[in-house]
Amino acid sequence: MSSFARFIRHVIGAWALLLLIAAGVPASSSAQQINPTASSVNERQLLQEMDRIQGRVSIPDQRSSVLMQPAGREWREFRNVALRWIGGVAMLGMLAVLVIFYLTRGMVRLESGRSGRTIVRFNAFERFVHWMTATCFVILAISGLNITFGRPLLLPLIGFDAFSEWSQWAKFAHNYLSFPFTIGVVLIFLMWIGGNIPNKVDLEWIKRGGGLIGHDHPPARRFNAGQKGIYWIVVIGGGLVAATGYQLMFPFYLTGIEGMQIAQIVHSVVAVLFIAAMIAHIYIGTIGMEGAFEAMGSGEVDVNWAREHHSLWLDQELARSGPNDSQPRPRPATSAAE
Amino acid sequence: MARMKFLCDADRCIECNACVTACKNEHEVPWGINRRRVVTIDDGKPGERSVSMACMHCTDAPCAAVCPVNCFYTTADGVVLHSKDLCIGCGYCFYACPFGAPQYPKIGNFGSRGKMDKCTYCAGGPEADGSKEEYEKYGANRLAEGKLPLCAEMCSTKSLLAGDGEIIAQIYKERVLKRGYGSGAWGWKTAYRETIES
Repeated sequence: MSSFARFIRHVIGAWALLLLIAAGVPASSSAQQINPTASSVNERQLLQEMDRIQGRVSIPDQRSSVLMQPAGREWREFRNVALRWIGGVAMLGMLAVLVIFYLTRGMVRLESGRSGRTIVRFNAFERFVHWMTATCFVILAISGLNITFGRPLLLPLIGFDAFSEWSQWAKFAHNYLSFPFTIGVVLIFLMWIGGNIPNKVDLEWIKRGGGLIGHDHPPARRFNAGQKGIYWIVVIGGGLVAATGYQLMFPFYLTGIEGMQIAQIVHSVVAVLFIAAMIAHIYIGTIGMEGAFEAMGSGEVDVNWAREHHSLWLDQELARSGPNDSQPRPRPATSAAE
Repeated sequence: MARMKFLCDADRCIECNACVTACKNEHEVPWGINRRRVVTIDDGKPGERSVSMACMHCTDAPCAAVCPVNCFYTTADGVVLHSKDLCIGCGYCFYACPFGAPQYPKIGNFGSRGKMDKCTYCAGGPEADGSKEEYEKYGANRLAEGKLPLCAEMCSTKSLLAGDGEIIAQIYKERVLKRGYGSGAWGWKTAYRETIES
């Protein structure tokens, strides 16, 4: 009997305990309602902490683990507004400056006239490298400008299908010609580095306006300060567009999206400034200066031209060998003398 | 006209990836391309959430704004579509997209980029609705058949909602009101410049 009484006591005790718990639970749950989102991740907070939200994906493509990256907005603003202004001002500004310069100053003439004697300035290999790089540059520049300015300027003129077809080919050309262009930049760097280290002669040359302003002819070695400037623009600018361009051409090999956005910004800004500089280079090498084109055309320049523009270089060359006395008059553009 | 949107209720997503699978199957999306994916944030920690994400069909879409050949267009339903005939595979839409939606098959030169592929909201492309060409390039056109995107239609927990923006926002609001919590409509601020108050 005592065991039965103990059993009853236990049962009553258990019931009492259950009742107590049952009475306690609703009281505590109504006091603080369960909120599963209390500790959950929050979009706004995550975006404030970082400029993107990244997680884990179970599909093989791990790059898709970036859920959100609103930084594309700033890049869009750069591409559609800022870049067009920078490029437009740089290139049209350079053109305007050159037109005004040409109209006021005119062509830089050979003041002592032609001597009829020539001297080798650039050998066949140097000219080959120059023109390979130059041809690639022009095509790269046009196809690149097409990406930035084609939609507002060319697309309305030729229509969607034709513009798309042309842009497709321009993109192929842009991708493939980047290789010879990069090789050209590397060769230019190695080939002409010797003559392009800035020195005291350059300071004097710049102080005297390089002979562009007024009719002065400051002394210069093989490359004057202006040409050294072009050299370093090509080497540094070319290096930058190549490095950033390959980063865009091979997506995700080096960086993610944010890296590619920065690469595109550097690539395009350097490229439009590069183009502006090359417009000036083309000007001075053609209609801007009498006798200058021959240096990259036939490779030989008139001795008087060399004396006016590169006196120190001419003295050096003459001391070594002497001008091509055997050539009486300006020669055809063949380079048999090499 | 309706303004079609996606809404992922992260408090309901169980990361089953059925939306990803359904999308791939419905449109016969090639290897390596995922028009939709499920991203789990803070995986394994308290408060982890999974979000199913694809093209959000943004208002004033960034992809369309930066495209150099202007191959994007927005339908009367607010769906952002593009023409693969015009696309040159430059990758710019991918730089601009906040949601990583544009995908590129690795068939271009240097294996880098072919013509872009992305979620079409099951609405095909510029070709005739339901045509063979449209299916081959963009996949099924369910919208033309009066159906909503398959990913949302077959979502087992009804976490992923597709349909007119106002209607799905209303459904979400009611849910939040009833259950007392909600972590918000992921991506809406970025895509549509609006949030659902909860």
